[in-house]
Amino acid sequence: MVPLSWWLILSAGLFSIGLFGVLSRKNAVAILLGVELMLNSVNINLVSFWRYGDVARMAGQVFAIIVFAVAAAEVAVGLALVISVYRQRNTVIADNIDMMKW
Amino acid sequence: MTTETLIWLIPLPPFLAFFLIVLFTNRNKSVSHTIAIGAAFLAWAGAMLVFLRAIGANELGKEPFTSSINWIPTADTWLKIGVLVDPLGAIVLFFVAWTVLMIFVYSVGYHNFGQPVGDHDQAGLPPEGATLEEHGHKHRVPSVEPMYSRFFAFISLFAFGMLVLVLSDNLLTLFVGWEIMGLCSYLLIGFWYAKPSARDAAVKAFMTTRVGDVFMLLGIVFIYSATGSLSFKDIFQPQVLHTLAVVPTPILGLSAGGLMGLLLFIGTIGKSAQFPLHVWLPDAMEGPTPVSAMIHAATMVSAGVYMVIRMFPLLSLDPRTMTFVAFIGAFTALFAATIAVAQNDIKRVLAYSTISQLGYMIAALGSGAYVAAAFHLVTHAFFKALLFLGSGSVIHGMEHGVLHTGEHTDAQDMFNMGGLRRKMPITFWTFLIGGFALSGFPVLTAGFWSKDEILASTFGGHTAVFITLSVAAFLTAFYTMRQITLTFLGEPRSPAASHAQETVWTMTTPLVFLAIFAVGFGWTGIPEHFPILGGILPNWFHEFVGSTLATPPEAAPFNWIPLLVSLTVALGGLLVGWLGYRNVRSAKEDALQIPVLKRKWYFDEMYDFAFVRPSAWIAETLIYQWMDKGLIDGLLHLFGKATAAIGSTLRNVIDKPVINGFFGDGTAHVVQGTGRNLRPIQTGRIQQYMLFSLIVLLALVGLAYYFLMRV
Repeated sequence: MVPLSWWLILSAGLFSIGLFGVLSRKNAVAILLGVELMLNSVNINLVSFWRYGDVARMAGQVFAIIVFAVAAAEVAVGLALVISVYRQRNTVIADNIDMMKW
Repeated sequence: MTTETLIWLIPLPPFLAFFLIVLFTNRNKSVSHTIAIGAAFLAWAGAMLVFLRAIGANELGKEPFTSSINWIPTADTWLKIGVLVDPLGAIVLFFVAWTVLMIFVYSVGYHNFGQPVGDHDQAGLPPEGATLEEHGHKHRVPSVEPMYSRFFAFISLFAFGMLVLVLSDNLLTLFVGWEIMGLCSYLLIGFWYAKPSARDAAVKAFMTTRVGDVFMLLGIVFIYSATGSLSFKDIFQPQVLHTLAVVPTPILGLSAGGLMGLLLFIGTIGKSAQFPLHVWLPDAMEGPTPVSAMIHAATMVSAGVYMVIRMFPLLSLDPRTMTFVAFIGAFTALFAATIAVAQNDIKRVLAYSTISQLGYMIAALGSGAYVAAAFHLVTHAFFKALLFLGSGSVIHGMEHGVLHTGEHTDAQDMFNMGGLRRKMPITFWTFLIGGFALSGFPVLTAGFWSKDEILASTFGGHTAVFITLSVAAFLTAFYTMRQITLTFLGEPRSPAASHAQETVWTMTTPLVFLAIFAVGFGWTGIPEHFPILGGILPNWFHEFVGSTLATPPEAAPFNWIPLLVSLTVALGGLLVGWLGYRNVRSAKEDALQIPVLKRKWYFDEMYDFAFVRPSAWIAETLIYQWMDKGLIDGLLHLFGKATAAIGSTLRNVIDKPVINGFFGDGTAHVVQGTGRNLRPIQTGRIQQYMLFSLIVLLALVGLAYYFLMRV
């Protein structure tokens, strides 16, 4: 079995890719995709620690499922917002959605 | 009731009447005049009772009716208020009460009580007549005075002032009465205050008498500081008088008594309109005629003479004061008589005649003729009141004619009159009696006896005074006859005169009463040694009034020269006056319309030049323009400018740069600059914020790691 640190490195890599996506992409949908990546990297973390820790305690698994649920809800709301903004302003580029900006 | 209590009560009714009318009955004419006349009647009744008791009293001169109470506390004594009726006071009270009552009754008719309200009359102007429609045609009648009640209130106060003055036993209350009359004369001369001439006359009268009053007050203060009392009884004690006679003063080398007398006499000069303060009296004719009678006969001018007669013991201490008094009196007598001959206004003739006759009294007093002065004061009060009321009656009759004809004729100009003897018989006969009394028509009239006594008294040692007074007596008879001739005799000179009408009974009745006194009162003072008549009646007046003084004066010795002079000038003046004016048709034919006399010796012009204009210049140019606007305002402006300069310096040096620039704006600028410089990081881009957050997070984690993990 591969050591825990490999999973953690994979998780950190995914998180970094997601973070980079969130920070660098202009498309709101892509930003959401980045967020999903970051959430899933966290899930990898949670599951890994469960697997390599006390297997009898299910908290890691449960937490991961809750994160799935929250992520699904978040994406649903986020996409709905994006579609709504697109209908209003005909764009999904985050920089153009600047009505609230000073 | 004791006589003293009664004396206290005499001045009260007119005083109460004044307040009643002013406060309550001002709107009701008939109630107002009822109150005023009722009050005058009560005062009259009280005065008559006191007078009767006075002449019945034994040795009234030595033990006069007197009583006093403490009034104002001074350091260790009291200023007393009190009443005094001695023989002189009784006599003056007698004529004051009579003339006041007569004038009150006369005023009812004079102010047209019972007539309709005028068409265009307004308060402050003489009534101008009302239009009545009767039997289909209109005619104009006199209208009632708009300020009827006010008039009665004022004359009531006036009467109160005079009664206070006559009855007071000290100089203080005398002065109070004196000043009340001064105020009332101002109010009454300016009664028709909407007429500019009446306003000016009121101010002139007030200001002119004020000059005299200041000196009189000085005299009173001097007397108080020297003797410690203002009561006549204390001042006239022999040892006090003796001290006053010998104590010298630094002024003119007069003795203290002489200086006091002089100062008080200057008060009389103002009040009794003697030269050189005579100018106010003729102008006072602007007031209603009862006021003229009130001022010129019963009250104000008599008050001045009464005061010097009262102060005679003090006045006679210094012969120089007496000479001055005699000179002023004699000069005024002649001087005013010369003006009177050239006047055309019926009331102005009488005004100058009054000045002249008061000069007579003053001259008599200055010559030491105490009783003669008092005698002439009384007789003059009666016949001059009669003449003034008579002239008012004439003017009234003329005004009736003016209203009837509708022409604009001056109802007071004697050259518009003539022939009034048939139109106004009662007025004519009473006026004739008054005029003859004024001229000194022999034997019958009161004026003859009093004037004769003055001439007889001055004949002895005062030849200059005697001659002056004789000339003045001639002029008096002359202008009186001129007046009577122009007014009553001959034919009417204007349509108004031919339509004149006798006045109502309220006006004629007082004339009749006064005419009785103008004749009868003289008989009380017929000298003992007068040819034929002397001795039939005792010379009651001389004995009675003479007993006022500590040493009763001797009656002047009888001499034919003054008697003959008196007869000659009186009859001669009357004859010349009649001859000269019986055929004069208009003012142009009058030889005496000489400018210098018409213009009253240019005294008004002189005073205007010497006092009025300098005063106006001082007020307008010196005080207002130079001192007030230049100096005071200049100083104030200087303060203003200095303060403004300090203010602007502070503003420019401290407030603006330091407070505003540094603290106020500086703080704002720093805040603003900080904000502006921090603005670029507030981009509104969520990704940027996240990037910053990430950087900061990493930095914090790095720091935490560095500090926490190092150990």
